[in-house]
Amino acid sequence: MTGNTDATPQPVLVLDNLIKFFGRFAALRGVSASFAPGRLYVILGDNGAGKSTLLRVVAGLMQPSQGSVTLFGTIKVREVAHRVGYMAHAPLLYDELSGMENLHYFAGLYGSQNDVVCGNAMQRVGLDPDLSRRVGQYSQGMRQRLSLARAVLHDPDLLLLDEPFSNVDIHSARDMAEILGQMRDQGKAIFVVTHQAALMEGVADEFLHMSAGRIVARESLPRISPGVEAAR
Amino acid sequence: MTTFSVTRATLHKDLRMEWRSKDAINSMLFFALLVVVIFSFAFNPTAEQSRQIAGGLVWVAFLFAAVVALNQTWARELRNQVLDAYRVSPAPPNALFLAKAIGNFLFVIVLEALMAPLFVVFYNLRSVGPLWQLIVVALLGTWALVVNGTFFAALSIRTRSREIMLPLVLFPISIPALLGMVDATTSILTGDASPDFWIKMLAVYDVVFTAVCLLLFESVLNAE
Amino acid sequence: MKQLFIAFVVLTVALLAYGTYQALLVAPTEQTMGEVQRIFYYHVPSAWTAGVCFFVNFLASILYLWKRNAKSDALAAASAEVGVMFCTIVLITGPIWARPVWGIWWTWDARLTTTLVLWLIYVSYLVLRRFSTGGQTQVLAAALAIFGFVDVPIVYMTIRWFRTQHPAPVMGGGENSGLAPEMLHAFLWNLLAFTCVGIVLMVLRYRLQMLEERVEAAHAAAALEGGTQ
Repeated sequence: MTGNTDATPQPVLVLDNLIKFFGRFAALRGVSASFAPGRLYVILGDNGAGKSTLLRVVAGLMQPSQGSVTLFGTIKVREVAHRVGYMAHAPLLYDELSGMENLHYFAGLYGSQNDVVCGNAMQRVGLDPDLSRRVGQYSQGMRQRLSLARAVLHDPDLLLLDEPFSNVDIHSARDMAEILGQMRDQGKAIFVVTHQAALMEGVADEFLHMSAGRIVARESLPRISPGVEAAR
Repeated sequence: MTTFSVTRATLHKDLRMEWRSKDAINSMLFFALLVVVIFSFAFNPTAEQSRQIAGGLVWVAFLFAAVVALNQTWARELRNQVLDAYRVSPAPPNALFLAKAIGNFLFVIVLEALMAPLFVVFYNLRSVGPLWQLIVVALLGTWALVVNGTFFAALSIRTRSREIMLPLVLFPISIPALLGMVDATTSILTGDASPDFWIKMLAVYDVVFTAVCLLLFESVLNAE
Repeated sequence: MKQLFIAFVVLTVALLAYGTYQALLVAPTEQTMGEVQRIFYYHVPSAWTAGVCFFVNFLASILYLWKRNAKSDALAAASAEVGVMFCTIVLITGPIWARPVWGIWWTWDARLTTTLVLWLIYVSYLVLRRFSTGGQTQVLAAALAIFGFVDVPIVYMTIRWFRTQHPAPVMGGGENSGLAPEMLHAFLWNLLAFTCVGIVLMVLRYRLQMLEERVEAAHAAAALEGGTQ
């Protein structure tokens, strides 16, 4: 079940010659790749390499200038939006509402407004569902935890995280990395853009190196099985 | 997630947020009050003249105040880039538009209800025509302003100089609605003419532009 | 294609020259208004051409939202600019004509007000194009154009009614009523000439826009190839 690449499963995401222009600047210059479920991909690269752009295109927030994205076997990315979760450096939350109120609202966007699900999601990321404090008063670590809860509320099969650990305290970051590992073990495909490669070393399956709008290297890691933990 | 349920949930969320911060309502109220006071210095009408010009003054004040609210309600979605969370979800874009438009509509109606007594006092107004007609005109006219305003606010919030873009694109397009509201209000207040044509015209305007907004909103929301 | 266009330009210049000759020299002087009436030969054709341009803009905008190609957008941009230009001419020649004849520069009747509103709407369109950032420009502008065009007939009817309620100075019974045959002659030639001028300008502006597109595309292609930075 874990880390076994012999039985190649149906790729969850296929990129075909993705090109994206912002005016004259080519943010993506022909990205072609295929990605399998049940793996955690970490995307590394300098600023301007196109990492965030790639994630936004896959998430459906941007249309590529050329090329195509095939997600869960379909090119109509909007149709599978309910299977995708997205998280960014910005928290994507309403400062004026409490944690539960935020989750309740976003759950509604996916068709379910189950209080139990929201409460569980909050607990899973280490937050107290009864906390009535407004999100605007959270610390950055708490905010990103809640953003992660928001992203996984609807149990997506694909998770896209764009620099989720920026300015987050190390404790929260480690907890979140661990949660991501658990989700990967459940068979989800996870993409994390980050500058903090070290944080992800324990859970990553593959490092993708991007430079100047292209994937220049893919580095598979031999995964340490959950039973044997590296020193933390 | 049907359009109806998402619209209701979003509206509920917006109203709750507005209730807590009271940002939009306060700015609108203050602005409208300012306009009223300044106008009353500029024009010092007799009772008879008041009825003639009140229609115009009232709607100009509400229009400027509404623009304040329109920018605010979208600005809320840009903080923390929370609009991305909506766009990534399978929720239909038109639900977002309807929720924002209805929310703005409610804010402006509340503003009108609070300001109306003030106008009556400052300008010594007494309406010749029936009140229910004024209410119908207010409802139709406010929706006309708000539906286009919500659309163009979403459009201009992503441009440079967004504060000037909204009135710049909104006002010319709203001229027929404004004219209708002003003339209908004046007709009712003075009792000089029947507002029937204007009421029908406003209704047609509302239907046409609500349809156009709903047709085009998704393109505008996802333009990136 | 290019030769055809050059031939068309030559034809247009000829038409314009002939039309001017007709308007200024051949057509008889109007009885009551005098020489200033000759502005009519420029005023009305400009209005007509502006209308044609804005209609083209409307169609191009719809086409753009449907197909999302650069050509429709270029046509929309071109037609809006040329339309605003002709509309400006209308708004300037109108008062110039009105002042000596009716003693007033302006009145808020249906036609004038609609023209002004039309001008405002399309100027706001041009400002939007200038001020929006990045790839959104075309989509946002197209949306605004559709709004604007749908609004115009509503504006006209609205003010028409408004004015029947509040009569304003009558701007003379329609220019075409009781037009002497030579005047009609001159008018029609100028109508044709102005329409052709409008088309020439739109084509030129469209080409300019497409050229800009190609420069951008070339830059983009270069950006795709080159550089590791």
